[in-house]
Amino acid sequence: MMVTLTIDGRSIKVRDGSTILQVSREHDFYIPTLCDDPRLEPYGGCRLCLVQIKGMPRPVTACTTPVTEGMNVETTNEEIEGLRRTIVELLLSDHPTDCMICEKAGDCTLQELAYFYNLRENRFEGERRQYSGSDGNPFIERNMEKCILCGKCVRVCNEVQGVSAIEIAYRGFSAKVCPPFEKDLDCEFCGQCVSVCPTGALMGKISMGKGRQKDIEKVESICPYCGCGCNITLHVARNEVIRVSSRPESLNEGWLCVKGRFGFRFNSSPDRLKHPLIKRNGRFEEASWDEALDYVAERFGEIKEKHGADAIAGLSSARCTNEENYLFQKFLRAAVGTNNIDHCARY
Amino acid sequence: MMQECNIVIKVCMGTGGIAAGGTGVVSAFNEEIKAAGINASVEKNCSVHNVGCRGFCARDVLVDVIIDGEKTTYEYIKSDMVPRIVQEHILQGQAVGDWEVKEDYHTFHEKQVKVVLSDCGEVDPEDIESYVERGGYEALKKVLATMTPEETIDLIKASGLRGRGGAGFPTGLKWEFARKAPGEPKYLICNADEGDPGAFMDRSVIEGNPHSVIEGMIIGAYAIGALKGYVYIRAEYPLAVERLKIALDQARQRGFLGNRIQERDFNFDIKIKLGAGAFVCGEETALIASIEGNRGMPKAKPPFPAQKGLWGKPTVINNVETLANIAYIIRNGADWFAQFGTEKSKGTKVFALTGKVKNSGLIEVPLGIALREIVYDIGGGIEGDRKLKAVQTGGPSGGCITADMIDIAVDYESLAKAGSIVGSGGMVVMDETDCMVNIAKYFLEFTQAESCGKCVPCRIGTKRLLEILERITDGRGRPGDMDLLEKLSNDIRSASLCGLGQTAPNPVLSTLRYFRDEYEAHIHEKRCPAGVCKNLLTYSILEEFCKGCTMCARVCPAGAIVGEKKKPHKIIQEICVKCGACFETCKFKAIKKG
Amino acid sequence: MVGLATVFGSGAMTNSIPEIENNDLLFVIGSNTKENHPIVALRMMKAARKGAKIIVADPRRVPLVRFAHIWMQQRPGTDVALLNSMMHVIVKEGLMDKDFIVFRTEGFDQEFLKGLDEFTPEVGQKITGVPKEKIIESARLYAGASSPGIYYTMGITQHSHGTDNVFCIANLGLMTGSLGKESSGVNPLRGQNNVQGSSDMGCSPNMYPGYQKLTISTIKEKFETLWGAKLSDREGMTATDMLSAAEAKELRAMYIMGENPVLSDPDMAHTVKALGALDFLVVQDIFMTETAELADVVLPAASFAEKEGTFTNTERRVQRVRKAVSPPGEAREDLWIIAELSNRMGYEMKYPRIEAVFQEMGMAWPAMGGMTYSRLNRGGLQWPCPTQDHPGTPYLFKGGFPRGKGRFTVVKYRPSIEETDEQYPFILTTGRELFHYHTGSMTRRVDALNKVSPEPFVEINPEDARDMAVEDGAMLRVTSRRGAIELKARLSKRPDRGVVFIPFHFKEAAANVLTNSKALDPFCKIPELKVSTVRIEKV
Repeated sequence: MMVTLTIDGRSIKVRDGSTILQVSREHDFYIPTLCDDPRLEPYGGCRLCLVQIKGMPRPVTACTTPVTEGMNVETTNEEIEGLRRTIVELLLSDHPTDCMICEKAGDCTLQELAYFYNLRENRFEGERRQYSGSDGNPFIERNMEKCILCGKCVRVCNEVQGVSAIEIAYRGFSAKVCPPFEKDLDCEFCGQCVSVCPTGALMGKISMGKGRQKDIEKVESICPYCGCGCNITLHVARNEVIRVSSRPESLNEGWLCVKGRFGFRFNSSPDRLKHPLIKRNGRFEEASWDEALDYVAERFGEIKEKHGADAIAGLSSARCTNEENYLFQKFLRAAVGTNNIDHCARY
Repeated sequence: MMQECNIVIKVCMGTGGIAAGGTGVVSAFNEEIKAAGINASVEKNCSVHNVGCRGFCARDVLVDVIIDGEKTTYEYIKSDMVPRIVQEHILQGQAVGDWEVKEDYHTFHEKQVKVVLSDCGEVDPEDIESYVERGGYEALKKVLATMTPEETIDLIKASGLRGRGGAGFPTGLKWEFARKAPGEPKYLICNADEGDPGAFMDRSVIEGNPHSVIEGMIIGAYAIGALKGYVYIRAEYPLAVERLKIALDQARQRGFLGNRIQERDFNFDIKIKLGAGAFVCGEETALIASIEGNRGMPKAKPPFPAQKGLWGKPTVINNVETLANIAYIIRNGADWFAQFGTEKSKGTKVFALTGKVKNSGLIEVPLGIALREIVYDIGGGIEGDRKLKAVQTGGPSGGCITADMIDIAVDYESLAKAGSIVGSGGMVVMDETDCMVNIAKYFLEFTQAESCGKCVPCRIGTKRLLEILERITDGRGRPGDMDLLEKLSNDIRSASLCGLGQTAPNPVLSTLRYFRDEYEAHIHEKRCPAGVCKNLLTYSILEEFCKGCTMCARVCPAGAIVGEKKKPHKIIQEICVKCGACFETCKFKAIKKG
Repeated sequence: MVGLATVFGSGAMTNSIPEIENNDLLFVIGSNTKENHPIVALRMMKAARKGAKIIVADPRRVPLVRFAHIWMQQRPGTDVALLNSMMHVIVKEGLMDKDFIVFRTEGFDQEFLKGLDEFTPEVGQKITGVPKEKIIESARLYAGASSPGIYYTMGITQHSHGTDNVFCIANLGLMTGSLGKESSGVNPLRGQNNVQGSSDMGCSPNMYPGYQKLTISTIKEKFETLWGAKLSDREGMTATDMLSAAEAKELRAMYIMGENPVLSDPDMAHTVKALGALDFLVVQDIFMTETAELADVVLPAASFAEKEGTFTNTERRVQRVRKAVSPPGEAREDLWIIAELSNRMGYEMKYPRIEAVFQEMGMAWPAMGGMTYSRLNRGGLQWPCPTQDHPGTPYLFKGGFPRGKGRFTVVKYRPSIEETDEQYPFILTTGRELFHYHTGSMTRRVDALNKVSPEPFVEINPEDARDMAVEDGAMLRVTSRRGAIELKARLSKRPDRGVVFIPFHFKEAAANVLTNSKALDPFCKIPELKVSTVRIEKV
């Protein structure tokens, strides 16, 4: 079923069952949001997506309101912008202004909105939430002073991950996202919460202090762990992977597990092999590539000569690329001349 | 004389009655009757009933002694007073005149019209028989025997009953939406999460006559086609919960609940769900979230609960008082009900009348009654015959009616026009000793603390409103504060998610509208005209009246008053904590407050 | 994958990960999906939120059980009996898809039906320990679903009858016509990022890239032309055979790229001995693994973040990996190393760009012929994708099976090789846990992961522990016929009484010291890692 509605004077035909926000995004009407994520149930908490519908007594949230036939929507006008401005101003009145040292600076939705509404002064300055102590878990930095209670972390943990490790506790101005009884976080550490947080309230501990957003180069790749093939984005600074994220539009919808999101530091481990090694008298000695490769070629040649090609075998790896696996078996078949080739997890 | 008499003693055992010592009074009566050697035949006919609240809680413990249908009511009864009542009144037939209620007790009741409360104070809430004897469950039987669900809905629609929880939505219409909404099973929820400060209407109804609510729920369930009902009630109401449990058990035993109710093809049962006393859980969607086991946070409407409510199924949520009306409407007809009230606001409404009024308590009045009648006739006027300043209605979501509007009709439309609401029934009377800025601050403290924290305008906005009010009452108000209050209030109203946030600024807007001068005095003159805001008060001693009696210096907790005996004293302002003890103590009116 | 290849003609997940959320029934057997394929599990949970029912069959109370409608806790190694009992119910109640059986399958004959006869739910209950009511309800739910998906992993395959297990799963899918449709199929979940790719690429003793049998002369000739070399027509050795051959001195040299068989293969002592018997061992890896320690030459390779190329995930999707950082020190990409080595061996490999290798792969195997790097940039492509305008194939067998008709296989129940006795009264099953991966060479070098999961443990049912007066955290010695390890007890209701679980990530108490390298599946030679018997003592 299709319905026709008007948004900012433009007549639009859309699928029934969509929300005003979905339709507006599909048709490039800008509506600011903080608590919306298309992968989660609509929440209606931040109130930034308020729009005016002709004939309705008060503005409604675009994220929760389904489109109906003949609906006439205004996504922006003086009143709406005034409300949005007040909301951002209220949020800023209870938010540390430490953007200059915040890891999230440059990738922070609240910062963007403050800029957009040019909020230099704040009419509502007052008490700010102050929390001391930090969560002892090794993965996720929880800085609740920066939390804007958009509830995305709570929802992703419950709706997507099925863990419900955190919930909003307390009431009113004291409302706070925390694990039960404010204990340290003890969960699957998938970091889905970190990935949806619009501010610096939730961040990966291992990435802290490793580089600012502007210094990061992002490289699209695939997770090196299990067979799901999750799409990951490697954040690189100074020739080091400092963070892993994932795009919401990817195969894995932007979700990762603890290994995929936080398990990348092996890459820069000091244990990495850095030189070819040849064992002499039971001890490994560093060698040049020429030395090592010549030696291997020579020994393979000798053994093939003496015992035949089938005395040589190769084990390839599920950790290597298709190209490498292809060349590896080609090497054994064409260069060595044997079909003794297998990989450990072929079953 | 005793032998042939039918003696009934009724002791008020609502929360108010129990708090005043009702339990002791009941056992005293039991003991005294036994000890007095009233013979067996008498004893059999003589009973002590626990009854629920009759409204005039200030006078508890209230006791009716009914001998052969002739009722004498006593007030302020303690257990040690019981022997004399038994001795003189029951045994000798001579009422104890000193302890009988006075004229004001009767005027308190005279202007009231009791529908919902008609059996409260009469039936024993822990005994279904006493409700049945007074016609209880007749309405249910009538509905099941003679009416279709549609006819039931039509009758409620015709009566004009509107939701008593605050919003005033027509009850019959709500039922119709749920009946017609696709989805099975359907649910009926009784909202007993009464949370307004100072409100105790719903608690009193459940404590006094739980079966009226249960009967209303069963009829509602039949009308909408629900199989399961919930009473969502705050855990802070232990007596109400206990009586409700007993009542539900008794109703099940009598075949009013469970499978094949009254031998008909209709199944329905009710479960009690205890709330943790969060004000926001009175909001329908938050209440549903709470029943589902989640944090009580509201969701956007639509979808409305009647379409997608509990567990995503069509759900009707009715307030206690609304449901308590149902059986009486069915029994007496829509026309009977519609005779009370105005054209658009039918029936009666229960209010919790409190504040600076002489007679405070629970009252039920026909909608449309003049506010003046409530304050001056039922309420008996202002304490100390001071000047009325305003009446606050609707609790933290409501607003003020000023003294010059005292003739306003109390109904949904008139109050809304005046910038207030009927609400769930809070009614606070204020006089010249009440500071209106302080009143606004009081309500904001409440709503701010009770915000669920989900939406920004309510969570942070109410906090900022409160901070501005705090600085005004502290004497730190700034010139632009009134504008800022008004602007922020309007934004919170427009942008908040649920009714709590949308109405939270009402006390501010209402007092700003009617009492601008008080705000101005606080901000510009650093003065609280009502003499309430401590930081704006100075106490000083008028030398010409001071006799140097030293009373004031002796009561001052801060040691701020100095002076020689028989010579005028002095208050050292830097030390004064503005507690007002000197003001209260001075017999010579030598202390000046202002 | 031998099992699926036999009955369908192709062995891979029949459906795509995004299709999972539209299953109306998910039958998850022998897969701890939430810990081992976490993101697939999220799709399963999404399906459940949309109304699907999940049936989990696993000897352990794996985390997915919390989201399941039915959990069948079968005794380890009794899957054939469980699946046959379900099929018995389906046949007896006539819940089969008769049209599908007639037109798209073969072998649904008297012999097959007779094979199911004995597996009444009562017999199923007796062998598996699963209450018959659960077997019956599961069978009805599966047969009654319109889009059911079966998901399995090593819990099905790592048995001496692993291929039989797979045959049973295939039988179940064929019988109900739950194949060749969207969101409906038989799906082995791959445990490592590129297992699918290394199978596809012909790292296999009897098949060239694309599962092309080297015994077929036309195929061999095709590859001889493509590679410009004379090729051997003798089938090679499987990984398992290689170790035995090394011990017997039939095999003299091995070249191991990116694998750590010392920890990942059963019977560690045997593996070490076999590799030690080689004249020459080359290991190419990014870390000094337990296997590399044994090598004569170790070649430092580049990690996934340091090279270009493609991975093929569990749903046959070929996706790009890209170089983000440069390798440390002298470490080089495997491609460079292989080509250099080949050139030195006198067989020239010259590729101007990596994509040239990829293009050659497409020539070798038409199913990838339509893929190019630039096409892959848009979210990857699922094989088969034979032409440049082919969109790829989200689910298999739409029109038919590669081998023509899907084949039913008669499967008899055989108990696992090792059965408990007085000396070894516990069944040991092995696997992974959430915070570590495989042999731990990567994850155990991540501090944060080590902090939440620092040490090896043996999961034991609290009642068994109570009988032995063992408390949580107590040190235990676990002994099998092959060896013994010492590690801490973790009391957990996940395993049933009589079953213990040890993750194989920890070299300090390697589970594969205990497992049995001699218990192999006769078809695919997979070792029985999921069932061996042990005894447990307090240290």
